[in-house]
Amino acid sequence: MSVKERDPLTGHETTGHEWNGITELNTRVPRVIWWTIGISHVWALVYWVLMPAWPLVHTYTKGLLGYDQQLVVDDRVAKAYRQLETWRAPLTELPAHQIREIPEIMAHVNATAPALFGDYCAACHGTEAAGGPGFPSLVDDAWLWGGDAETIMETLRVGINAPHPESRIAQMLAFGALDILTRPQIRAVVDYVQSLSGLETEATPEVLAEGETIFAENCVSCHGEDARGIRDLGAPDLTDDTWIYGGDDATMFTTVNLGRQGWMPSFETRLSAAQRMMLTLYLQDLDAEAGE
Amino acid sequence: MMTRLTVAERQSAMFISGLVAVAGFAMAVAGHGDPMGAHGWITLLFAATLFFLAGEALYHDEPTEDRSAEYYDDPTKAGILISLAWAVIGMGMGVWVAAQLAWPDLRFDAAWSSFGRLRPVHTSGVIFGFGGNALIATSFHVMQRTSRARLAGHVSPWFVLLGFNLFCIIAASGYLMGVTQSKEYAEPEWYADLWLVVVWVVYFVLYVRTLARRNEPHIYVANWYYMAFILVVAILHIVNNLAVPASFGAAKSYSAFAGVQDAMTQWWYGHNAVAFFLTAGFLGMLYYYLPKRAERPIYSYRLSILSFWGIVFFYIWAGSHHLHYTALPQWAQTLGMTFSVMLLVPSWASAGNALMTLNGAWDKVRTDATLRFMMMAAVFYGLSTFEGSFMAVRAVNSLSHYTDWTVGHVHAGAMGWVALITFGSIYTVVPLLWRRETMYSWKLVEWHFWLALAGTVIYIFAMWNSGITQGLMWRTYTESGTLAYSFLETMLAMYPYYVARVIGGSLFLVGAILAAFNVVMTIRNVGYRAPQIDYPTASEAGEPAIPAAE
Repeated sequence: MSVKERDPLTGHETTGHEWNGITELNTRVPRVIWWTIGISHVWALVYWVLMPAWPLVHTYTKGLLGYDQQLVVDDRVAKAYRQLETWRAPLTELPAHQIREIPEIMAHVNATAPALFGDYCAACHGTEAAGGPGFPSLVDDAWLWGGDAETIMETLRVGINAPHPESRIAQMLAFGALDILTRPQIRAVVDYVQSLSGLETEATPEVLAEGETIFAENCVSCHGEDARGIRDLGAPDLTDDTWIYGGDDATMFTTVNLGRQGWMPSFETRLSAAQRMMLTLYLQDLDAEAGE
Repeated sequence: MMTRLTVAERQSAMFISGLVAVAGFAMAVAGHGDPMGAHGWITLLFAATLFFLAGEALYHDEPTEDRSAEYYDDPTKAGILISLAWAVIGMGMGVWVAAQLAWPDLRFDAAWSSFGRLRPVHTSGVIFGFGGNALIATSFHVMQRTSRARLAGHVSPWFVLLGFNLFCIIAASGYLMGVTQSKEYAEPEWYADLWLVVVWVVYFVLYVRTLARRNEPHIYVANWYYMAFILVVAILHIVNNLAVPASFGAAKSYSAFAGVQDAMTQWWYGHNAVAFFLTAGFLGMLYYYLPKRAERPIYSYRLSILSFWGIVFFYIWAGSHHLHYTALPQWAQTLGMTFSVMLLVPSWASAGNALMTLNGAWDKVRTDATLRFMMMAAVFYGLSTFEGSFMAVRAVNSLSHYTDWTVGHVHAGAMGWVALITFGSIYTVVPLLWRRETMYSWKLVEWHFWLALAGTVIYIFAMWNSGITQGLMWRTYTESGTLAYSFLETMLAMYPYYVARVIGGSLFLVGAILAAFNVVMTIRNVGYRAPQIDYPTASEAGEPAIPAAE
């Protein structure tokens, strides 16, 4: 159907073809299209001349500007490190209490540490550092290994039950699973431990007395005779009102029955000493703020 | 439908489905204990069902109708319905994974329902299930009308449609079992890939043979685009999936490429899946259904030529813009970026051609939601191609890359362009195919339009906000030269946008469900109407063909 018709609306001719009722106008390509094509192609040509662009057999066209993304990123990284070096040195050279006396350094620490905590600690300890089941709160003053700067630094460096050769090791035995205690004995010692921190328990005085005996025979070597924990062993205080896994009957039964071995990664290779010091200072501040 | 095939065709259908069933059984045996074994049983069940359907019809009479007097639309009808089913599944999955990002507990602690497994069910479900079936179905419809020729074959269209759906089922079920070769939009493993090659080659041959039968001197633009879609997708699929199976009894293979070459091959594929699957194919739809519905001539034939060759030439270079600032050599990034920018004008020329075609029909756009779907699709096509070229510029990409902005951009294209043009085409073609007076409810079409538009806009704005916020937070440094925000803080900042995305996606899903309902009710409840001229003919006056043999 090769009859050219004129579209009454636009005045343009059709191409003369028709497909199932569809025709096409032979409208010429608007000038703006040619212009924009021209502009975008000229821009591309200029870009090719200036920047690395076309592959050759063994090399590629380098471009007049000599721009190389690898050199650019190397340069920027080096520059960023130089900026860090202007204030980071004291963090690795001075003890924490002396760092605290230099306000300029502490300003950098306060600007940097929250994001570090968010990236490396918050996944387990929570964004507010308040912990959760299995992960201790860092703001309750109940430190497992100690809250002084040197101890926190060391815990960060080696981790707990981590693959690091000097890792801190803390394991609570699975008293039930290893057949050291029977189930009634576990229940008795759980009642006794709950009574230590003033939790309400319906246990009779006889059961509590039995629990005390069991505690003295099995638990004091780590948790201490007064049950206040031993920081050298990472054994928690059982007389306070903070619980890592929970102070209810069922959770405590599981704790004694199957044991516990919490895990914290070693940050020696993942964070620099300066970053670990910033986290240490930040944690101490958090703890102090929470204590007020 | 089976009895409309000749007895010989029913026999060959039985033969092919029998072969596939045997292959499925062999896979089930060889892959025992592996997900491949489960895929063998799925294949066996699928093929055996078809075998018995064909077998049951085997002894019925030969069809008496005069085949050359009408187009062969049964596969198109089936394809449209399957496409709508996949739309509901794929978009439903999308809403679920979006909700998981806002509320991670919605995983319910099962392995199969984890985000990493459900997400490809969503992407493959909508791209291949919904989009692919719609493309196959409409290509059969458009090719016959614009060639005035019946499909070249009766078994092969069914082989293409059902074979493609077997691929989709294997893909989706595999993801749930953890089968993936970790290539985005090319996740299915080697045996599924091989099967798709067979299906796709048959599709190509069928298309070319039908075109060769045409009674038109020229090939209409829509067919150029469908052809580009079929041909280039075949090339992309074959090259990107070159791999060595680790075992012939397991769903595991190793890519033929390593390192940055593998990444480059993947994104050459990934970007051109967008170009030739999600753009070229759907432009084919646009070029037929939009002028048909608007009853206006295409604005400019010359613009069609310019944009077609511009799109197919420039798009194929652009994939490396997915790898800016990576180990990919900078010269390759430069080429990806510059070709992406040069692609913009040809892309806009298509959108412009579509919108200018509506000149003289804007009153219809106002009253006819079906045409409005296609108009809005052209607008979103223009929007997302501009955004794509913009994001391909290295400096912009350094902010947008790896953020939700990319996700928003993809959905501007997928929801705004691909889905809207598909729904517009479906609403146009369903009454024609089933010989119905009209759609069951124009009000539901209207509701669908506004739900889809609102859903898309909410989705895109949520992702723009979230993506730019994310990108800026990631690159914000303190005066000390250290990062200002932890990753967790950026996640918390995303939360309201993720909730908004769930709302946008849900509106879109509701629209798709309305569409499926409306189509089913149209087929069941709307009265018959014969179309004016809808049969193959060599006659210029549109008279029915007189079969030469009779």
